[in-house]
Amino acid sequence: MRPVGFLLLLAGWFLVLAALEMLSAATPRAVFVLAGFAIEVLGLALVSRANIPEPRQGGSEQ
Amino acid sequence: MAQPSPFISEITTALCLVCILLVPLAVVGLAVLTNGLGKSRSAAHAMLASMCVIAIAAITYIAVGFSWEGFAGRASHVITIGGKPWDWIAQQPFFLRGLPLNGSPVSLSVVLQMFAVGIAAQIPLNAAADRWRLGPICASTTLLAVWTYPLFAHWVWGGGWLAQLGTIYGLGSGFLDTGGASTINVVGGLTALSLVWILGPRAGKYTPEGMPVGIPGHNLVNVIFGCLLAWAGWLGLNSAGAMLFGGAPPSGLVLVEINTTLCAAASALVAVVVTRIRFAKPDASITANGWVGGLVASSAATAILRPAAAILIGLIAGVLVSLSVEWLELWLHIDDPGGAVSAHAVAGIWGLLAAGMFAGIESQSAPGQWLAQLVGIATLIGFVLPMTYGLNWTLNRILPYRVESDGERQGMDLHELGAGAYPEFVVHSDEFFQR
Repeated sequence: MRPVGFLLLLAGWFLVLAALEMLSAATPRAVFVLAGFAIEVLGLALVSRANIPEPRQGGSEQ
Repeated sequence: MAQPSPFISEITTALCLVCILLVPLAVVGLAVLTNGLGKSRSAAHAMLASMCVIAIAAITYIAVGFSWEGFAGRASHVITIGGKPWDWIAQQPFFLRGLPLNGSPVSLSVVLQMFAVGIAAQIPLNAAADRWRLGPICASTTLLAVWTYPLFAHWVWGGGWLAQLGTIYGLGSGFLDTGGASTINVVGGLTALSLVWILGPRAGKYTPEGMPVGIPGHNLVNVIFGCLLAWAGWLGLNSAGAMLFGGAPPSGLVLVEINTTLCAAASALVAVVVTRIRFAKPDASITANGWVGGLVASSAATAILRPAAAILIGLIAGVLVSLSVEWLELWLHIDDPGGAVSAHAVAGIWGLLAAGMFAGIESQSAPGQWLAQLVGIATLIGFVLPMTYGLNWTLNRILPYRVESDGERQGMDLHELGAGAYPEFVVHSDEFFQR
């Protein structure tokens, strides 16, 4: 789940960059930037969820 | 953002230097805050680690970091995509060779950022207190000062692609952040989040059922004192940043000082109210985080906000910081003793968004400012966070970050330094009873 989360973070950012580069009209560009941002939020949620330690473990991931 | 002029008057230079000389107070304030919010058995370690972080950040930034960051108008690497230039990293010699250190804006920027990178490096220390070993602290700080911070700071302050969003893509005035809400605080806060994930929670922080246990800071006087020191430092930071990176004239600093103070004051007061409602009594440590969060949220655009807007930004920052400290600890098991993720990353992101909203209201001639801010925030979350996590994750494989469990129980002071911070007092009741 953690690698998928990080991939989503990067994918969201690339979508934001692509929207800047490929779209010139204000509304579609804003929609695609928002979509990229939403994908990043999803990735952040996945990474956060993956980093919750198992109950009874309570220590580092080492 | 406004492109800085290559020359400024002597009065402006002198004023800017005075403001910059206040910035170390922010570094010291965060160090004292970290000390107070940690355990008594790690107090000396926290202060020594802060000193090491300041030293390493300053040396490595001057030696290498500034080479990647540069300054607007100086040489940099530019790639062309779709006919548009993307300025992504500076091209300056190491050790400031050839740089005019004569009071020019670029030299003032170097001095300011030598201190600013120290602030950014203090933030992860705050979150990873009581379990992060000294050697890895120094190594991780080096990564932050030579790569993560300079790269993003180039994009924002060094004439990079985020600063040029306005001229190239017509998004307002480009990504707006004159005081370091993003470059210093969100970068530091996201690095702190990465470290908390890598290190895991402190021993005893969560019950076997997964419920958090309160581990109060050992010296709340230090915590509040640290906040007050940080206030003085932030006044200098926001003022110098507004002049160097926002093109504000000396007369514009009046507004910067007022807005910085109002934002922190509103944020701290609302943290008092929120914690009073939540816990029946005001919580000093969360209020301190609220104060710092207000300072951070003010940093993005103090020079252009109206005082009423600064108060509103502070009020919302106070609510966000107070609730997110509890929420992150309870639901995401993020053991952040100093509240660094909330006070720096969450409040910083809010400050950047608010800058976009209020800058749009203040300046109708700059449509799309909110979108420029969103692109910057998306870059922080979508690029800086994975990068800083990856760098620290790799370093952790080579040089394990976390202290051994025996060392954690014994305390970082005795385990790593061989002596406690308070040798004349019995401050660890568990050790006392075991004897």
